[in-house]
Amino acid sequence: MTNSQLTPGVVPGRLPATAYREHFADKDPVFDRHEAQVAADRCYFCHDAPCMTACPTSIDIPLFIRQISTGTPEAAAVTIWSQNILGGMCARVCPTEQLCEEVCVREVAEGKPVEIGRLQRYATDTLMAKGVHPFARAARTGKTVAVVGAGPAGLAASHRLAMHGHDVTIYDARQKAGGLNEYGIAAYKAPDDFAQAEIDWLMKIGGITVKTGKSLGRDISLDDLRKAHDAVFLGIGLAGVNALRAEGEDKAMVRDAVDFIAELRQAADKSTLPIGRDVVVIGGGMTAVDAAVQSKLLGAENVTIVYRRTQDKMSASTYEQEHAASKGVRIITGAAPLRVHGDGAVREIEFAYTIEGQDGLALSAETFVLRADQVFKAIGQTLEGQPDGLKLEGRKIAVTGAGRTSLPGVWAGGDCAAGGNDLTVTAVAEGRDAAEDIHASLMAGA
Amino acid sequence: MADLTSNFIGIKSPNPFWLASAPPTDKEYNVRRAFEAGWGGVVWKTLGSEGPPIVNVSGPRYGAIWGSDRRLMGLNNIELITDRPLEVNLREIKSVKRDYPDRALVISLMVPCDEESWKDILKRIEDTEADGVELNFGCPHGMAERGMGSAVGQVPEYIEMVTRWVKQYSRMPCIVKLTPNVTSILPPAMAAKRGGADAVSLINTVKSITNVDLDAFSPFPTIDGKGSHGGYCGPAVKPIALNMVAEIARHHETRGLPISGIGGVTTWRDAAEFMALGSGNVQVCTAAMTYGFKVVQEMISGLSQYLDEKEMALSDLVGRAVPNFVEWQDLNLNYVTKARIDQDACIKCGRCYAACEDTSHQAIAMKPGRVFEVKDDECVACNLCVNVCPVENCITMETLPLGALDERTGRRVEPYANWTTHPNNPMAVKAAE
Repeated sequence: MTNSQLTPGVVPGRLPATAYREHFADKDPVFDRHEAQVAADRCYFCHDAPCMTACPTSIDIPLFIRQISTGTPEAAAVTIWSQNILGGMCARVCPTEQLCEEVCVREVAEGKPVEIGRLQRYATDTLMAKGVHPFARAARTGKTVAVVGAGPAGLAASHRLAMHGHDVTIYDARQKAGGLNEYGIAAYKAPDDFAQAEIDWLMKIGGITVKTGKSLGRDISLDDLRKAHDAVFLGIGLAGVNALRAEGEDKAMVRDAVDFIAELRQAADKSTLPIGRDVVVIGGGMTAVDAAVQSKLLGAENVTIVYRRTQDKMSASTYEQEHAASKGVRIITGAAPLRVHGDGAVREIEFAYTIEGQDGLALSAETFVLRADQVFKAIGQTLEGQPDGLKLEGRKIAVTGAGRTSLPGVWAGGDCAAGGNDLTVTAVAEGRDAAEDIHASLMAGA
Repeated sequence: MADLTSNFIGIKSPNPFWLASAPPTDKEYNVRRAFEAGWGGVVWKTLGSEGPPIVNVSGPRYGAIWGSDRRLMGLNNIELITDRPLEVNLREIKSVKRDYPDRALVISLMVPCDEESWKDILKRIEDTEADGVELNFGCPHGMAERGMGSAVGQVPEYIEMVTRWVKQYSRMPCIVKLTPNVTSILPPAMAAKRGGADAVSLINTVKSITNVDLDAFSPFPTIDGKGSHGGYCGPAVKPIALNMVAEIARHHETRGLPISGIGGVTTWRDAAEFMALGSGNVQVCTAAMTYGFKVVQEMISGLSQYLDEKEMALSDLVGRAVPNFVEWQDLNLNYVTKARIDQDACIKCGRCYAACEDTSHQAIAMKPGRVFEVKDDECVACNLCVNVCPVENCITMETLPLGALDERTGRRVEPYANWTTHPNNPMAVKAAE
């Protein structure tokens, strides 16, 4: 018997087979030429453009849009990639509504910004489709650099280092390169295996070797890498997951949202993925939204996000929250989990409303219970498995300047390094800037 | 609602909006639809002599330039005069005029520059009941190579001669259509007046190449790898047309000669501007070719509203701006304005700053928070910031009152004085002792 949205428990195949393809298709398909022209025409080519300042990688947005409007999206792509080699992925996943598009003067004036993200995708997709990699590698320097982590920071650093003529070896613990681009992004944001296609394209620069299945601390050590290479860049991300600290969180069907998202991305056939009828997601960020929306897309009947603080404190943007709401996700704010009930597996979860006070968040006596046969924890990731000897700042690797750690010859960037904002685009900027700093260091006195 | 009834050299029409002689007026089907849409009059597309019909190219006839959102700003064409048999056109003109007696219907003519040809064509159109004729001395492409169109309009003696023939062999009102492809529009206009023309119409199209095919390396429109110059029209030519109209309207020899204004009229406002500079009515082509005949409805409602708001009759609008069209030397050199940026309207794009800082007088300061402010001690009031600002009326020019200090020059604003009396002018007229 086939399952439906009403089938109790955590089961696969709640929807008709065709629904999955529809649900996980490209959320915002690439512009066609006409759409791109119309959108590009709206750009005012501002002086010292606010959008460019808001972009962590400082892409020259007015210039690339002007290049699109004059019929040279290929040149636009080069403008983008010169600053952000993962401009294709960033065009898909950047919270542009909080970055470039938020400060677009037309957003300020009309409430309707130039669609910068989609124009960026139009440009980068155009040149990628032609198979062109527009950067050439400088003469080999004979220097080698180890990059740990093949996520956005590591990839950006590797490309820039390889372009300067260094030989780069990337080590990554997972089976595939890409980091969160491959394992951490909602499937409908980067369908058609885009993350891998982008990596293949990026590797065309040459001089980069990727070694997957190599975990720092298990298969390789920082000491060995420092001995074998002229420099090391750590882009190891945040491998740990915060605990709920709620009674009974070890019950079955209570799991980390990041694992669910990764599994979903890797599943070729989404109909095989089991999903609950009543799903509760705990957290307030992009991971919570991605897990909740995709639960709904897999056919869950009721999906609820519960966040402990007020709605304006959610790190998921208003745009993302509205997207979740449009998919039928309910958002409850100001409530924290108390205990998970159930006999073996979760059956329901009990929350207490919170009170925001001077001394932080306190639980009130008011409680409620949500039916749940599946619970996803999305309350943040933490640094885990970092090598000994690195100075930390808070719970991240301390860095100065362009990603210099406390150890000579070791740089760090992306989510694992202190100071960022856990965005793909910021990781790219940090990887790129660290690479420039590594290059300058290696070539000093050369 | 204002009365838009127009009487142009005795030709009456319910409004001053006529369709110009061009592809939209080439046949009965179009003209009937135009009249149904509300056009006040039509100048039928140019008729030629009896004989084998004109042959047109079968490749592209039009080229264009565009503004943002692909708004058509300029159009050029290499189409010749009507390529339909003369008798068909005459039959259709008669039929349309019979059904629309209240609309103006003028016939455009272009025949070889000899007396017999003109005498002949005038006789043939006699019983169409058309309201008048327009002599096409304007088209710069194709027919000009055969000694007609602008080839006539560029030689004042020919204009005068042919106009005389037309007045001699016809009792119809005669409008002479002028070409802008001349150094000065005045000699052709004077020649038309001398020849007895009842009015002039202008401008016809401007010789042009709109663009070049960068693969075929051929001017566009490209016919089998080659391009010929075309005639340019549309919003882009309006400034050229306004100047020529105004020159004729103010010159002492041509003042009072009725003018039918043509050249990029797209909205009621364009029409009003042409009329304020001396046009008795306007003719439209590109706007109709771009948007269809319905555009006339906006022109009618807009002009009516304007006249109502001004409590002005249509006839009072005609020529109202002509006395203010002067030579540069008559401008008040003591008049001082300063740019003012409305901070509430400003969207902080910074284009005013880029334009002023890079290409003008460094008179706009960019302050923290993207606040843009005019430096009065540097501002020469050039108006470039106003023109590049995407928000209408965000930047305006404020007039300094008499006696106010101009921080740029350190001088107080004085009463009117122009170049003719300026101390720096070696030719200055000295005031009588």
